Amino acid sequence: MIEEIGTTEQGDLVINVGPQHPSTHGVLHLVITLNGETIKKVEPHLGYIHRSIEKMCESLSYRQFIYVTSRMDYLSSHINNHGCALCVEKGLQIEVPARAKVIRVLMDELTRLASHQLWWGAMAMDVGALTPFFHAFRERELINDIMEETCGARLTMNYMVPGGVMVDIHPDFQKRVKEFLRLFRTKIDEYDELVTGNVIFKSRMEGVGYLSPGDAVSYGCSGPTARGSGVSCDIRKLYPYEVYGEVQFEEVKETGGDCYARYLVRMREMRQSVSIIEQLIDQIPEGDFQAKTKAVLKLPKGEFYSRVETARGEFGVYIISEGGTTPYRIKFRSPGFSNLSALDHMARGHKIGDLVAIMGTLDLVIPDIDR
Amino acid sequence: MNKEELKIRLTEVLPTVVFEEGGEWTTMIIDPAAWEGVAKELRWEGRLDFDYLFCVTAADWKTHIVMVYHLTSTVHRHTLVVKAKLDRDRPVIRTVADVWRTAEFHEREAFDLMGVEFTGHPDLRRLFMTDEWVGWPLRKDYDDPVNMIKL
Repeated sequence: MIEEIGTTEQGDLVINVGPQHPSTHGVLHLVITLNGETIKKVEPHLGYIHRSIEKMCESLSYRQFIYVTSRMDYLSSHINNHGCALCVEKGLQIEVPARAKVIRVLMDELTRLASHQLWWGAMAMDVGALTPFFHAFRERELINDIMEETCGARLTMNYMVPGGVMVDIHPDFQKRVKEFLRLFRTKIDEYDELVTGNVIFKSRMEGVGYLSPGDAVSYGCSGPTARGSGVSCDIRKLYPYEVYGEVQFEEVKETGGDCYARYLVRMREMRQSVSIIEQLIDQIPEGDFQAKTKAVLKLPKGEFYSRVETARGEFGVYIISEGGTTPYRIKFRSPGFSNLSALDHMARGHKIGDLVAIMGTLDLVIPDIDR
Repeated sequence: MNKEELKIRLTEVLPTVVFEEGGEWTTMIIDPAAWEGVAKELRWEGRLDFDYLFCVTAADWKTHIVMVYHLTSTVHRHTLVVKAKLDRDRPVIRTVADVWRTAEFHEREAFDLMGVEFTGHPDLRRLFMTDEWVGWPLRKDYDDPVNMIKL
């Protein structure tokens, strides 16, 4: 239902933002009720890119369905694939070789860096600074090149399969990652210099879109959105998978709860990702990159749930199996879906210009929400 | 807290509770009619304190529909799965949007794709599909010759 643009009985103005609007970063449609310039209500309308991935997966085998999940949160495609692979491995009780575990974590963290870089560029662009976008994409391109060499893709990787990873890493992988890190260490300081302390940027972000810790949990927020409110929710720390239990890193939290706090969480998280990659890049064990699995995978009857931390928050895969070669029912718990539900609460009482800043710090990826 | 300890604690608070065996987490079967009271107990009883509803799912079993709620406590760090069996011809259950606010969106999704009706829901409309859409796409007997979704 698309409401007519017009005024309500109380004299409030109702306007549409999207589905084609640069600040929604995709096909998200918001119907906003305004009193003057002040937001009274924000109502998201979803479904413009709903492909019914859950239904599709019911007719795909346990090897095939992973490919579809790259098309949900396309900026965290490795981590989506990872969550699915973990869930199938849980059902089949496959032990993943040590080499594959480390490669997976390296890929996850590179993905997180690339995703946060894009977010940083787009965030600054949303509040009116165009230059950071080009800075961010310049370095993100290097990560994409590394991915392309090993996975053969730059966006939808489909690299993690049940039992390990699809192919071994490229011989130049370690060298190129180290080159990238050497460069990126200086660039991330440059990012901070360029935007983080900027007075205009800070005045757009500070005190805007406050989310209390209690509300963050009640709205089911996760990832940097909840950690900006001081909620401890990093799946890598709370329920470590692969080698996250063995590497040293800090769960980044801020207590501000506003847009600036969420911004700082992601900026600091990038440094943590760099640190994780540095710890592991020379420690990739020798051996198989994939466990031996049967050609046709059959999950035993039962229910399996796996949780991973994407760049946006907690991603869950819930498989109900009847013992066949395809899932009986599959549910993807997408982080963006829950984070978006808090938008109305955060935006009420703010000016319409602030809505763009709030949406920017939620880091929405619409195909992840619509599925 | 392990599964057995959580079971003991749940039995203390909710004496009539029924558990399902198997699975990674403690699983509880509830009577849909009692869900409102049970949900409030799970959320507000200090010993349980399930404040984070991270997943809401509906599954069609052809003879009935099962609602599945995944809950975690950010205080005690324990996880619980709650299941409610609903009549397939008229699946109705009380909303929990007033207990966990994230449920408002998740329940709209379950209504949209599985046709579960949530009584007391503040805004129960289709979420992904258009308002004029007929049928519940995630049900097993749903067939759409135009928008082909079978591969």
